[in-house]
Amino acid sequence: MADLSKKERMKIPRQPMPEQDGFERSKNFKEVNLGFTEELAKMEALRCLQCPKPVCIEGCPVEVKIKDFITLVAAGDYLGAASKIKEDNMLPAICGRVCPQEEQCEAQCVVGIKGESIAIGRLERFVADFEREHGGLRNPEIKTKTGKKVAIIGSGPSGLSCAGDLIQMGHDVTVFEALHELGGVLIYGIPEFRLPKDIVKTEIESLKQLGVDFQTNAVIGFTDTIDELMQNGYDAVFIAVGAGLPYFLNIEGENLNGVYSSNEFLTRVNLMKAYKFPDYDTPVFNVKDKNVAVFGGGNTAMDAVRTSKRLGAKNAYIVYRRSDIEMPARKEEIHHAKEEGIEFILLSNPLKFIGDAQGWLTGVELLKMELGEPDSSGRRKPVPVENSNYILDIDMAVIAIGNGSNPIIQQTTPELQFNKWGNILVNDETMATSKKGVFAGGDIVTGGATVILAMGAGRKAAKAINDYLIQN
Amino acid sequence: MYKIINADFLADNIKRFVIEAPKIAAKRKAGQFVIIRLKDGGERIPLTIADSDITNGTITIIVQGIGKTTKELNTFVAGDFILDVVGPLGKASHIENFGTAVSIGGGVGTAIAYPTAVALKNAGNHTIAIIGGRTKDLVILEDELRQVCNEVYPTTDDGSYGFHGFVTQKLKELIDNGTKIDFVLAIGPIPMMKAVAETTRPYGIKTVVSLNPVMVDGTGMCGGCRAIVDNKTVFVCVDGPEFDAHLVDFQTLERRNKTYREHETESLHNYLCHFDKAFDEGLLSKI
Ligand SMILES: Cc1cc2nc3c(=O)[nH]c(=O)nc-3n(C[C@H](O)[C@H](O)[C@H](O)COP(=O)(O)OP(=O)(O)OC[C@H]3O[C@@H](n4cnc5c(N)ncnc54)[C@H](O)[C@@H]3O)c2cc1C
Ligand code: FES
Repeated sequence: MADLSKKERMKIPRQPMPEQDGFERSKNFKEVNLGFTEELAKMEALRCLQCPKPVCIEGCPVEVKIKDFITLVAAGDYLGAASKIKEDNMLPAICGRVCPQEEQCEAQCVVGIKGESIAIGRLERFVADFEREHGGLRNPEIKTKTGKKVAIIGSGPSGLSCAGDLIQMGHDVTVFEALHELGGVLIYGIPEFRLPKDIVKTEIESLKQLGVDFQTNAVIGFTDTIDELMQNGYDAVFIAVGAGLPYFLNIEGENLNGVYSSNEFLTRVNLMKAYKFPDYDTPVFNVKDKNVAVFGGGNTAMDAVRTSKRLGAKNAYIVYRRSDIEMPARKEEIHHAKEEGIEFILLSNPLKFIGDAQGWLTGVELLKMELGEPDSSGRRKPVPVENSNYILDIDMAVIAIGNGSNPIIQQTTPELQFNKWGNILVNDETMATSKKGVFAGGDIVTGGATVILAMGAGRKAAKAINDYLIQN
Repeated sequence: MYKIINADFLADNIKRFVIEAPKIAAKRKAGQFVIIRLKDGGERIPLTIADSDITNGTITIIVQGIGKTTKELNTFVAGDFILDVVGPLGKASHIENFGTAVSIGGGVGTAIAYPTAVALKNAGNHTIAIIGGRTKDLVILEDELRQVCNEVYPTTDDGSYGFHGFVTQKLKELIDNGTKIDFVLAIGPIPMMKAVAETTRPYGIKTVVSLNPVMVDGTGMCGGCRAIVDNKTVFVCVDGPEFDAHLVDFQTLERRNKTYREHETESLHNYLCHFDKAFDEGLLSKI
């Protein structure tokens, strides 16, 4: 099979991802995508044209050797393929599930010019799952101990990937996490039906086995400041605290009962397992047979609205002020949401929330919008349609319009420099901050971005921290 | 895991715990709190740090059993472990020498007012404590406060002990008798804090209250703890917990705190059913 002609390869259709039925899954929290079988994976791998100059790699923020790993998949060497990916991406089981491939590697894929691009993300997920399920996880070699100590603040993808690299370079690594569980947004934000928590836990477990020390319940700034960490013997610090300050709409009625930030709603459900209340103690608004509106058009909004449907909402709406073309969410999530019966109310802007005498949310006043001239982001700017106000009856609202920077580190670390949005200023090449020995990466630097970018920043920082430790 | 070193009841249903947490003990300042999670599957609840002992590396919290988690915590004894304790969180109380400072505690709020009373005294204030309870047994920490304050006035709603009436009536009496009060700190149930704010407002006495919204993370990440102060939304866990009483929208706070009322009732009911069963089976012999 491997000696197929280009034409023959082009004839193979993109292999579909097996998934749970839309109606069934809108009632459970099990993973939506079931993953490729070996047959599907091999067939998909055969579609790859093995371009002499693989442009797909240019689309990948961490430059995974896509062509090479796909060759290995086609040859049936899945463990080899997994190792190949791991040369550049420490968390393929996670990235294979949550990366916006259609904007990255798959957007560049040559096959996609005329037909459908190679399903690179699905292949990545397949080999990572194969490796995990077939006991193929191998502990990498660890260099002789250097005796240097690094503190990493935050256990999201940026902190974890930095920790993984530094421990292999022979340094002692401690990760400090504010919450009681490790994983950052991967644990408290992205729901189980999209990223099973066991996968994240396996990744963390393997870091523990490599010798990374994890300390939960440690809010750096309060429990210890960065200066105190350095006085206590840490030679370098990597700040990977994520975004973590929810934006609200700043409209009337936002403090009514039943109005949540996406962070709160998702944290209650994912981290605190409110969907298993009362077996778990944390409650969340009971949406059974109620109407829910989620404001926003990103992955977070999709996660929140699909979660509310799974909790039993009668009607679950996405309310977004632009059209669906401008939605920043991954295409697959939008598609899945529609299949699960989520209603999209597009080109609509909330004006105020309305409540009853007891202060419970009963509705939201919306104003219709139309698309005008492109704005600074290049997207067509929504402009209000006059006198188009109407009221949508809702019992719960989730605001998912993004996150600003949590101020704790800023307030407790005077020497660091920040931009006006509270993002830490770093040297793009080294992720070094204005404070000696302190580096930063992930959402706290870029503002809310993606798992792969956060991970890439963690790896870049690890390299620079290693250089710094050798020089000092 | 955080070990309980000592646990004793201060009043019926109000228990004091001394917990091993050396880092928090060394760091904490009056007015700050911790978030605890009792065990796997437990919820995260905020509790004010009532005291700390740096030498022994312990903090003290005082807990009234109201909901499931606090009632369950109150079955814990010395030697037991609390799964998660994180802190110190929130901003410390703003302490200075105001002149004469009154620290008012209602019920278990006295536990929260206590550390600030100590700090106010240490800053040189003439410190007065007014501590209220429905009835005699619910007036707590009187001895401890007498050791640090210049004047201590217990009050009870039913007149079973001390001044017969509400803490606000005692406060008003002091003001009317010509005591020059420069600063008031009030901590307790929302209606009490609201009443104190209204008592001092006409006199323009600087008054601070410590708010107790529902919290999740306690680090400013979720916004669940938001309240309205001076017509602006604040996140109590990071912007507070103490605010100018005359600017707080108590009605919104009270209303938002009822969001999970039905859940809380269900959770408590379930817990008490299990509890009764366990009790019948003699499993709770340790309490
Ligand atoms: C609901 C949701 C869905 C998303 N979906 C996708 C998706 O499909 N694809 C994608 O690529 N991206 C997605 N993203 C974005 C992606 O998750 C983030 O870009 C990424 O997680 C950022 O990683 P990070 O390591 O910088 O920070 P985070 O993952 O935010 O981790 C930061 C960690 O630091 C901890 N912390 C914060 N302050 C302190 C402190 N002072 N001391 C100690 N610890 C601290 C936090 O508790 C947290 O655990 C999504 C985000 C959300 C919220
Ligand atoms: S408790 Fe989550 S922001 Fe305050």
